[in-house]
Amino acid sequence: MTADLDVAEVSVFVALFVLVTGMGFFAARWRKPDTLAHLDEWGLGGRRFGTWITWFLVGGDFYTAYTVIAVPALVYAVGAYGFFALPYTIIVYPFVFAVMPLLWKTARDKGYVTAGDVVRGTYGSRALELAVAATGILATMPYIALQLIGMEVAIKALGVTGELPLIAAFLVLALYTYSSGLRAPALIAFVKDIMIYIVVLAAIAIVPSKLGGYAHIFEAADQAFKAKGAGGILLSPAQVVPYATLALGSALAAFMYPHTLTGIFASSGANTIRKNAMMLPAYTLLLGLLALLGYMGHAAGLKLTSNNDVVPMLFKTLFPGWFAGFAFAAIAIGALVPAAVMSIGAANLFTRNFWKAWIDPDVTPAGEAKVAKITSLVVKVGALLAILYLPTQFALDLQLLGGLWIVQTLPALVFGLYVSWFSAPALLAGWAVGMVGGSYLAWSDGLKPLHALVFGGSSVSVYTGLLALVLNIVVVVVVNLVVGSPRAAARGTPA
Amino acid sequence: MIRWLLILPFIGLMIVPLYNMREPLLFGFPFFYWYQLAWVPVTSFLTYIVFRSARHDG
Repeated sequence: MTADLDVAEVSVFVALFVLVTGMGFFAARWRKPDTLAHLDEWGLGGRRFGTWITWFLVGGDFYTAYTVIAVPALVYAVGAYGFFALPYTIIVYPFVFAVMPLLWKTARDKGYVTAGDVVRGTYGSRALELAVAATGILATMPYIALQLIGMEVAIKALGVTGELPLIAAFLVLALYTYSSGLRAPALIAFVKDIMIYIVVLAAIAIVPSKLGGYAHIFEAADQAFKAKGAGGILLSPAQVVPYATLALGSALAAFMYPHTLTGIFASSGANTIRKNAMMLPAYTLLLGLLALLGYMGHAAGLKLTSNNDVVPMLFKTLFPGWFAGFAFAAIAIGALVPAAVMSIGAANLFTRNFWKAWIDPDVTPAGEAKVAKITSLVVKVGALLAILYLPTQFALDLQLLGGLWIVQTLPALVFGLYVSWFSAPALLAGWAVGMVGGSYLAWSDGLKPLHALVFGGSSVSVYTGLLALVLNIVVVVVVNLVVGSPRAAARGTPA
Repeated sequence: MIRWLLILPFIGLMIVPLYNMREPLLFGFPFFYWYQLAWVPVTSFLTYIVFRSARHDG
């Protein structure tokens, strides 16, 4: 394999990776607090990230490396249907604008670090706190593993074989996350996001001229789908409802994840979040254009062994080595930011809602930071081992279920911001029904995200996560009506 | 209420038959694609209007 290595390509890749590693360790001294030995500092960067830092951080964290690989791959494979990521990442922002400033304010006023803290503070229920925290960790683990898959694809594209580079990259990431906390991905996100912007803008500016223009690219994709007899550049009638429900369900789930919530909680104010809800769609535009790389793959006549190779192969085929190296570095570095924030989010949950809640209630802030740092290491090593020793499909299936699971925490986390009618037992019952019912449906459908509902003679497929959320909310309302809504003394009065 | 403007992206994008068509083309992009891409700046702008219309604390 070494014969295939392009010196310029590999040099650019390695140089950028080294630069970013340096930044990761330097981040501990960036916007230096009095002490990093406090969970607010290590795990939330001191809650002082302004509009721009938050924009880069959440952008780098939400639009992951795996997205860069997988969205064009899906569009390459099935066509229009793969574009559901676009409406999804548009409608998510009005939701963020409406909900997240309230959540941030509650968290800041009461010193909450995690979703579990919010739920515990609002309802005074240890059981509900545990449910929300466990769901967060469960949903995040496979997501971290996916980032490794993204990095693996980029490293493989360089022509480097073996698992050693992946292991090395991830261990370095684990070490600087350990020492710098959320400041590391926040600082690296600047580099990562700018690189991704350059790569995508170059691709959409240059590739069409090499492939005969956009009209020809859509035409070539259309022909390829017709020849294959599956997929298409428009949705088939049966795909319409799945497309809309996947977009809506994913949008509701997106900011329930620990990594996105961490970005929200770390920001410096409610207006920081509102401004970001206006500015973050710039990444969505990027994602929509990036998705078109899937069609460019058809127009370029690429022969692929795996759909995931469409982006790397396009760059390798159409660009000089040094720029391909730059693009692959962008993807690999792009994996570091979300992987770091995800492990920090999971570590914050473990520390606050397991360790402090059940094992050591008197833990000091410094003790919390220490537990979180160690947990972030364990989480990352776990994800690494999962990728090295378990089938890739396992991570993909779990990630799919993860979206279904995490959205079940929405009623517990969000409803209380607006009304104080709901009670912990009802929310817990709804969560349980949503989790079990949703997982069962997904399982019985062969781990596909869609479930067919039959009305009379016709059937329509909807996103299982959304279906489970509806079930969840119905149960919450019914149980609440039955048991009443005892106003817990511990309940806060959110603004 | 100005903040109900934020419901428009949901309506515009969730009613998929509104835009699941090839014509009219724009710069070679079928309607399905440029319509959805156009919602990105439109949504940002609507959010901006809502933001400006309300007085927000910190």
